[in-house]
Amino acid sequence: LAPWVPVVGLEIHAQISSNSKLFSGSQVQFAAPPNSLVSFFDASLPGTLPVLNRRCVEAAVMTGLALNCSINKKSLFDRKHYFYADLPAGYQITQQRVPIAVNGSLSYSLCIDNKMSQMVTKTVRIKQIQLEQDSGKSLHDDTRSQTLVDLNRAGVGLMEVVMEPDMCCGEEAAAAVRELQLILQTLGSSQAVMAEGQLRVDANVSVHHLGESYGVRTEVKNINSIRFLAKAVDYEIQRQIEELEKGGTILNETRAFDSKLGCTVPMRDKEGKQDYRFMPEPNLPPLILYDAKSLPANLNHQQVVNIDWIHERLPDLPSVKRAKLVERYGILPEHSFTLLNEDGLTEFFENVVKQTQMKPKRVIGWILNDLLSYLKQHSLTVKESPVSSFLLADLLNLLEKKEISSTAAKQVLAELWKGEGKTPLEIVKEKKLELIQDQKELEQICQAVIDGQENEVIMMVLG
Amino acid sequence: AAPSGGVRFQVSAALREGRVSPTELCQRCLSLIKSTRFLNAYITVAEETALKQAEESEKRYRRGQPLGVLDGIPIAVKDNFNTAGIETTCASNMLKGYISPYNATVVQKLLDQGAVLLGKTNLDEFAMGSGSTDGAFGPVRNPWSYSKQYKEKSVPKSHSEDEESNWVISGGSSGGSAAAVSSFTCFAALGSDTGGSTRNPAAHCGIVGLKPTYGLISRHGLIPLVNSMDVPGILTRCVDDAAVVLGSLAGHDPKDSTTIQDNFKPFELPDLTDISKLSIGIPKEYHAPGLSSEILALWSKATDLFKNAGAKVIEVSLPHTRYSIVCYHVLCTAEVASNMARFDGLEYGHRSDMNKSTESMYAATRREGFNEVVRGRILSGNYFLLKQNYENYFVKAQKVRRLIADDFVKVFGSGVDILLTPTTLSDAVPYMEFIKEDNRTRSAQDDILTQAANMAGLPAINVPSGLSERGLPVGLQFIGQSFQEKQLLTVAKWFEKQVKFPMIQLEVKSHDHSAFQPQKSASFS
Repeated sequence: LAPWVPVVGLEIHAQISSNSKLFSGSQVQFAAPPNSLVSFFDASLPGTLPVLNRRCVEAAVMTGLALNCSINKKSLFDRKHYFYADLPAGYQITQQRVPIAVNGSLSYSLCIDNKMSQMVTKTVRIKQIQLEQDSGKSLHDDTRSQTLVDLNRAGVGLMEVVMEPDMCCGEEAAAAVRELQLILQTLGSSQAVMAEGQLRVDANVSVHHLGESYGVRTEVKNINSIRFLAKAVDYEIQRQIEELEKGGTILNETRAFDSKLGCTVPMRDKEGKQDYRFMPEPNLPPLILYDAKSLPANLNHQQVVNIDWIHERLPDLPSVKRAKLVERYGILPEHSFTLLNEDGLTEFFENVVKQTQMKPKRVIGWILNDLLSYLKQHSLTVKESPVSSFLLADLLNLLEKKEISSTAAKQVLAELWKGEGKTPLEIVKEKKLELIQDQKELEQICQAVIDGQENEVIMMVLG
Repeated sequence: AAPSGGVRFQVSAALREGRVSPTELCQRCLSLIKSTRFLNAYITVAEETALKQAEESEKRYRRGQPLGVLDGIPIAVKDNFNTAGIETTCASNMLKGYISPYNATVVQKLLDQGAVLLGKTNLDEFAMGSGSTDGAFGPVRNPWSYSKQYKEKSVPKSHSEDEESNWVISGGSSGGSAAAVSSFTCFAALGSDTGGSTRNPAAHCGIVGLKPTYGLISRHGLIPLVNSMDVPGILTRCVDDAAVVLGSLAGHDPKDSTTIQDNFKPFELPDLTDISKLSIGIPKEYHAPGLSSEILALWSKATDLFKNAGAKVIEVSLPHTRYSIVCYHVLCTAEVASNMARFDGLEYGHRSDMNKSTESMYAATRREGFNEVVRGRILSGNYFLLKQNYENYFVKAQKVRRLIADDFVKVFGSGVDILLTPTTLSDAVPYMEFIKEDNRTRSAQDDILTQAANMAGLPAINVPSGLSERGLPVGLQFIGQSFQEKQLLTVAKWFEKQVKFPMIQLEVKSHDHSAFQPQKSASFS
């Protein structure tokens, strides 16, 4: 029997990090009082018109360049129509015909085993990136039979990143999204915090037998974290395989991930296929972008968006940062992944390295094995660490100078973790953890130990 | 004495010289509005705010610091433009009682110039129609129905039937604005023009109706019918006045991304004396089926006028004209379906009491709020936008639109400066006759001569040219090249001077029987 081949594609919506919305001047802010960030345009008051926010265009260009896309010098806006309480105009302005960026790729890495000792690089193709409006939020109050609508989010700029179905499992999907998240955060084009709804992922999942054509796919929504993404995808793959193996069929439907039950369930909302009646947005002329070659002589970069100008100013992407860390500090690639994965950890590491004579190759062990595990145990971020880079460097210096043993150092770190404000040296003195270098002193101690254990010594000598 | 071409009483000059005050002017207009209420030209009269504005204007004149030619001039605005604090209804139940929180850009510009906003004028619901008969506040009556000229020529069927059943339509959809200007209740009015909605009522009401080039004047605040064709329209009693209003409105608006960036320079119209260098095109396709012999004769007479004055007059062809009605139908209804999607009762406007579910509330709200015409267009438009139909209808219509626009490009490229055509197929028909056909049929018939200019985005103007056998106004249309309003209006002004269109002899019982002489204050510039 031919093996099952799972196929996973992703549609990711990243909220653009900007002061104002995509087509109107109202502010973008998380958790503001309901309906306090709504302009006339956002509320769809009749007669209002969209005005494109330049910063959102730049964010999309940056992201497209970072994902190796071709940036379309001319892209178009369209209306996508459907009726819903959180969509005041009855349509969303999006880019369906010609999006701003196409045909890119994203490289991400996976561990082959659990020990993070071997990493493999994979690539997922980026079909396109399009600019579009976010919708408002609606809350259903079933007890009072009413729907509460908050339009604060309506009109916020989104970049929809479409990843081709090149992934095969939850782990790959999660790794790809994690890498995208890091890229967006590095660029600053999106803060990409899933918990705040700045990054939303929908997964398209199907299975087929090797050699046959692709199976019917389902869309999985309502995934609130990268961990749940992996779970949801793997569950759905399994569900589809089981269903098909017992002779059933897969419906082309939308399912929601229930994080409590750990499974996907059909979504009642989307009955039947919607015809969105796409139409060009008549109030927005085509979006024209320039590069160094096509830029007319009389315009400067203040007046237009110049792709080359943006390209020149892109910061180092995560993959470049990791490579630099490996080269500069002699650490392993796996280490560089972990460093970048924790917000602030790279900076912490580099600060420690600056302040200590200990080789980075040794420092990394303390960062990744000791510090990080403490942080994880106590659910703290690097920023919240009671042990600062200064303190840790101090401690590592003691170790480097052989004033304490490695075991002692761990004890000191445990003390430092209590955050009582003592320096490593103070703790060492307090607990008498100094390494004794004096030969005579050592002999005395050994002799004392042997004296106290006569029987054991005789046994040992006798063999 | 005739107003245009003859000796014009310049209201602006009168205001400047103190011969009349802004408040007097405002009060007279308000009084006349009351006396002509039967015309149903106004939906809302903003008496209090108008008088306040007039007072402010008066203060400025006393200080010798008027804001410009428009300071203190009473104007009216079609009720599909947003006016802050004043109801904006689009003549629809959907927006009855809707008070907009902002002014349309064009409204703001007029107010910034010191114009006095008398009120909001009546229209076909959401600007859909060519008669101003299909609105929630009833039809607009053409002031010429009550003119001596019409009454003399009309044969009453019986004594009791007289005025009440014989009145003629004002044209549409900006009929209220046209009637307001025509009956002297204001000096200028804003309309909108999507398929002829400013030029058509201008022709029927015997006034000047200007459709500017698409992209010249901001649409921010104009409740849209077809975003890709709508323009704010200007209705005045003479061409010079239209130029003044144009000058105060045109120019880039950052709030409207479809306005051009180029700087606009307001202009004064020269008095043409030599038109020998002018080339006038006569498109043969505009000899459309149903064109009345009267209008044909008038058109011909106008052609001769230009010829005899030395201009070059040539017959041209716009071969795709005959496709414009169906093309317009597809594109218009598609955009309408989209634009009307926002009227769901949630954020503003009418909301039905039906509350079983959001969907049922939407459906009931829209059924209750929209009239049949609007609902019909929404259904058609949604049909054309369905995935399976989009290529065959919408995209095809876009291509045909390009062909129609290219017809004009070719003709203007061959050396023609301006086109001269009729504006309407006939003079205004009696209301009772008009309503025998449905809105869609009427619009299709009446828009044929005006639509193509909207498809191509070109400027066009109706100039009242003569009276029909029934004593009603007939206008002729000039179509110009993109952004060449100055040339268009210059030629229109010359023509206006030649034809000397007669002043309406309106028989209205004025409220205060004062010495209000309409004849002497036709224009303001």
